[in-house]
Amino acid sequence: MTRRPAGRPLVPAYLSTGGVARPSRPHLERLSVLARSEEPLPPGLPAAELALLDTLAGGSLAVVEAAALLRLPVSAVRVLAADLVDRDLVLARAPIPPAERFDPDLLKRVADGLRALKHHP
Amino acid sequence: MASAPSNTTPSAGAPGAVHHPDTARDLVKILVAGPFGVGKTTLIDSVSEIRPLHTEEHLSEASAEVDDLAGVREKSTTTVAIDFGRISLAGDVVLYLFGTPGQERFRALWDDIAYGALGALVLVDSRRLDASFDVLGLVEESGLPYAVAFNDFPDAPRHYGAERLRQALDLEPGTPMVTCDARDRESSIDALLALVDHLIGRDPMEAR
Repeated sequence: MTRRPAGRPLVPAYLSTGGVARPSRPHLERLSVLARSEEPLPPGLPAAELALLDTLAGGSLAVVEAAALLRLPVSAVRVLAADLVDRDLVLARAPIPPAERFDPDLLKRVADGLRALKHHP
Repeated sequence: MASAPSNTTPSAGAPGAVHHPDTARDLVKILVAGPFGVGKTTLIDSVSEIRPLHTEEHLSEASAEVDDLAGVREKSTTTVAIDFGRISLAGDVVLYLFGTPGQERFRALWDDIAYGALGALVLVDSRRLDASFDVLGLVEESGLPYAVAFNDFPDAPRHYGAERLRQALDLEPGTPMVTCDARDRESSIDALLALVDHLIGRDPMEAR
């Protein structure tokens, strides 16, 4: 089944958020897209937040992807990311623009995309 | 790249990296739900463009109580690995597949993963239908539209008719049922299409 990476996570989950259990923003979803902003890094950021910024150095990531790479629970990454967004160090984007959320066209795009994938791998 | 990032540079410049291109794309998800060993990870692996990743998730208080009943008295929380994969589609859509275990004790986690999902593909092993009852219960309670895919194990019984299976699983007449081979990419895409076509056919006001 799941291939487990060897070794311990970069930061133990229970230490990663410095004891903060809830994100300051309620709307970071599993698929919210995180990207590094242009802001320079202030000194004294917690190690776990630096680790998250480091994974974003290569480009943007969904919350769940950052969690997998950092080997932290999604709940912990939500807390870290929310703090970094509050500090303007990270930009977060919703998975789907709010206007499209109930757009029936979105499902059609998924179906067409899957069909195209089947015929042209 | 996948599931074994090095300790110091989890992702830097690796081929097939997880990072997204700069263009804005819509990210959607479908749950691949089913009991342990039914082939969720196999299906995700067969269609995903990245090797499936996973997150370690903590289970809620509710599961601690279940563990207590089993005679385990520990404060430490139980964790479960949730696999996911990703498919970039034409039209700037990225489809995520989340392998979601269906036991009752995963309910809180289930609700979190299901939030915003388009629907669920419920993978069923026809050799042990009863193992899927919990999953079907959770999907139905969450209100997520779904389709059922029977993973075609070599020794799966062939003599069950579709209607008998539908009856045994207590499915609505409109719920799509397909057979798939989770190891086969095209077959897995077909199963996902059965779900998405079903979603398109539904009354949009009734969806979600």
